[in-house]
Amino acid sequence: MGIEDIYTELIAEESRSTEHRRHLDAPTAVLKGRNPSCGDEIALELRVRDGVVEDAAFTGVGCAISQASTSLMIGLVKGQTAEKAKALAETFLAMIKGEIPEDDPALDELGDAAALQGVAKLPARVKCAALSWHTLTEVLEGKK
Amino acid sequence: MVETEDFRKDFPLLRQQMNGRPIVYLDNGATTQKPESMIRAMCGYYGGCNANPHRGAYALSVEATDIYETARDRVRRFIGAKEAREIIFTKNATEALNLVAYSYGLSNISAGDEIVLTIAEHHSNLVPWQRVAKAKGAALKYIYLEKDGNLSEKDVADKITKKTKLVAITHVSNVLGLVNPVRRVADRAHEAGAVVVVDGSQSVPHIAADVQALGADFFAFSGHKLLAPMGVGVLYGRASLLETMPPFLSGGDMIEYVEEQESTYAELPAKFEAGTQNVGGAAGLTAAIDYLENLTFERVKAVEDDLLAYALPQLRALPWIELYGCDSERDNKTGIITFNVKGVHPHDVSTILDSEGVAIRAGHHCAQPLMKYLGQIATCRASFYFYNTRQDIDRWLDALGKVREVMRIGN
Repeated sequence: MGIEDIYTELIAEESRSTEHRRHLDAPTAVLKGRNPSCGDEIALELRVRDGVVEDAAFTGVGCAISQASTSLMIGLVKGQTAEKAKALAETFLAMIKGEIPEDDPALDELGDAAALQGVAKLPARVKCAALSWHTLTEVLEGKK
Repeated sequence: MVETEDFRKDFPLLRQQMNGRPIVYLDNGATTQKPESMIRAMCGYYGGCNANPHRGAYALSVEATDIYETARDRVRRFIGAKEAREIIFTKNATEALNLVAYSYGLSNISAGDEIVLTIAEHHSNLVPWQRVAKAKGAALKYIYLEKDGNLSEKDVADKITKKTKLVAITHVSNVLGLVNPVRRVADRAHEAGAVVVVDGSQSVPHIAADVQALGADFFAFSGHKLLAPMGVGVLYGRASLLETMPPFLSGGDMIEYVEEQESTYAELPAKFEAGTQNVGGAAGLTAAIDYLENLTFERVKAVEDDLLAYALPQLRALPWIELYGCDSERDNKTGIITFNVKGVHPHDVSTILDSEGVAIRAGHHCAQPLMKYLGQIATCRASFYFYNTRQDIDRWLDALGKVREVMRIGN
């Protein structure tokens, strides 16, 4: 696998996308995810009402993989129930750790976020892709 | 141009290929590769005369003791210390600096005193002093930098005062690669009655360091950045200071007599070397120093200067590259180039370079206060050694060109 299979056009473009990069009105949760070894810091904002992720956004800085991963995650979980969002995070984290087969049908549910599958082959960068998904799981499990 | 190709043959790792091409190793600031002679010295120790030194009255133990003490004297000569008992073996520079902080610092620094550091310190010569300052109610003061990355002369003059009890300074910054005027700072510190702790981790592999000429009261370095194995480091301390200091770690080999309630401690250097020491590492360190001195620091500098002179103009011609600490006009730059590719995070740069077989460091380089001072979250760092070549620089620069392509940043 070449580097272009990891930094695909989708990932490169998504890492610079500003669509989800903003502050929310009346968020119900704001949680910072940090990778101290890279200095990356991404704050995730969610508005969860009646068990549904009504809106989500993020601010902060990080590498292309963490930024693209965060942006794709928000696009995916917005409008989903909290339960579904948690299940998606579980699938994504399993994918990024290489714990499920590359052709597992569960990956279809991840939509564009499945484009990060190649990161599983870069052990040093798994934590970048996983950062926001861990933050999301923490918020949804009420650990914030 | 200096011919450097012949050094690679001494380094088994550099003889390997990655994806059919030689490895371009530009992370020497993190650790250097190891010459075959050093690896053989370690194998020779473990395969030929391994025994616990200073203990058994039998031939093998005597031989192990001899290897260990030979290494101590080799280090003494290497850094110009007066006496071998001023050389304490540790696991690395970090442990050496912690030894000074916990033993000297906690005993000699009190509430209201000041500890002066440079903003360019590696965390290993910074965090221990934060802990001492917190524990004793002392204040930390920082010497900041001029625009070119060199220490602010004004801060050197103003921050070191009668209140200063200790000055911690790196000989060469691991981010900027600039040699600090340690002697000038030490003279100023000594006038004020302070002791000087020098982190030599980034200097001893590249330039001759003489602890007496530098005016260092303490001087620390790691073996592994100097061709030697990981797990062996050195603390030099002036004997008159080491003698007054309490032990840091305690246990076997650092005592004279142990009673139920009291113990007396061994003389220097054993007082600071509790437990079985890294004799294999010390044997490796001797061989590493032999290799380096045989090569000479003139050769090391000639190669590094050549690589800097070759790389820097090419980097400056690229409008999408930002450089840090590359404008000093003092001829005090060692082979470190810290940079960023505009609009690309250092970790992405490093991953893409890695895919081209080029190893550099990306991140905060264990110098977060300096990163903050430079206004960067992280940077990329290419650090050279004498076995690097102009071909390595070509491969690095070619790979940098690919970074923007992979990230789809327009030209």
